[in-house]
Amino acid sequence: MATAVKQRSDVILDYIRPRKKFPSVWCAGCGNGIVMSALIRAIEKAGYSKDGIAMLSGIGCSSRMPIYFDVSALHTTHGRALGFATGVKFARPELKVIVITGDGDALAIGGNHFIHACRRNIDITAILLNNYIYGMTGGQGSPTTPSEAFSTTTPYGNVEKHFEPCDLAAAAGATFVGRTTVYHAPQMEKLLGDAMAHRGFSLVEVVSNCHTYFGRLNRQGDAVSMINHFKEQSVPVAKSRKMSPEELEGKIVTGKLHEVDKTEFCDEYQRVVDAVQGRN
Amino acid sequence: MTDASPAGPSASKPAAKNKYDYTNGPPPLSINMAWCKACNICIALCPKQVFEPDRDGKPIQARAEDCNQCTICWVHCPDLAITSNYK
Repeated sequence: MATAVKQRSDVILDYIRPRKKFPSVWCAGCGNGIVMSALIRAIEKAGYSKDGIAMLSGIGCSSRMPIYFDVSALHTTHGRALGFATGVKFARPELKVIVITGDGDALAIGGNHFIHACRRNIDITAILLNNYIYGMTGGQGSPTTPSEAFSTTTPYGNVEKHFEPCDLAAAAGATFVGRTTVYHAPQMEKLLGDAMAHRGFSLVEVVSNCHTYFGRLNRQGDAVSMINHFKEQSVPVAKSRKMSPEELEGKIVTGKLHEVDKTEFCDEYQRVVDAVQGRN
Repeated sequence: MTDASPAGPSASKPAAKNKYDYTNGPPPLSINMAWCKACNICIALCPKQVFEPDRDGKPIQARAEDCNQCTICWVHCPDLAITSNYK
C-alpha cells in the first residue's frame, strides 16, 4: 500500500516550489537548507496561510531562500531587505513579514537598516543566518568573522573584533532576540515559531556552517564536523547565566536571550492617525 | 491491524525491539535521490547507523529495521530530500 496517510515530514513539500528550482543552489551540506526546513515546519505549525506571508531577502547565500518558498517573495538589493520590509509591513499591516538575511547583508551593508528596524520595533521577524564569512563572493571576512580567524581577506588572521548580532539588536531596541545553531533544528523550529508569534521586531540568529570557505580556511573540516563543533560549543541560556565570562569565551549561547513588551510601530502610528482624525 | 499502519507499543508483536514494524509497510524513510547532494549529514548524525553510503556517497537504508523514527535525519537534511513514511 502506498502511503496515503499524510505524514508530518511531508509538509515541507507543501510550502516549496518543487518543480521550480530544486535541487537547491547551496553547497552540499550547507546549513541554509536546515533553516529552510525548520522555518517551513514552524510556519505550518503556527498555521499561517501562504497568502498571509511576505518573505523578503537581500543578497547572499542565505538570501536565496525565499525563491524556494511558495509565498509572496521579494528579493531586494544588498542590505536593504529590512528597509523594504518596513515598507511592506507599513502598507499591509495584516501580512506576516519575514526577512531572511545573512551576516554581511544585515550587519555590514545593511547595518543602519538593521539598527533602525530594531529601534522602531516594527512587527518583522528577521532571521539572520550567521556563517561568519561572505560565502557567495569567495570567502571575504565579514563583520562577524571572529578575531584571528582566517578568510581570503584576512590571510594572517582577522585583527578586528567582531559584532555580536544579538547584543547589537537588544541594545538597539529589538523586543525578541534568540540564537540557535543548525545542529539544534528542533529548538530552531520552536524559536522561529515564538519569534513569528511575537508582536514587535524579533531577531533569530542562526549560526550556520560555511564549510566551503570558513571551514576550509580555518581547518574545521566538512559539514558534519562543523555541525558537531556547534553541538560541542553551544551552551543553553539558563546554564550560561551561571558561567563566568572566561568560561563563555568562544561559546555559542543558544535559546531565547531577550524578550520585552513595547508598543509596536504600526499600532502606535495607527493611534496617532486616529487621534489626529478625531476618531477617539 | 491494517497492512501499513505503524505498530505501536500495544501491537501484537511484543518482541519487536523498535517502536515501528516495517515488515508489512513501506520502508521507514523516502529519500529523493535527485535532490540529495551526498553531504553525509544524515549518515553521520543517525544514532542507529541506519544508512550506508552508496558509491556516490548518497544514503541507502542498509539497516532499515533499526530505524526508530527519531526524526534527526530529515530534520537535518539541508536539501529536503528525506521524508518519513511514518511520522
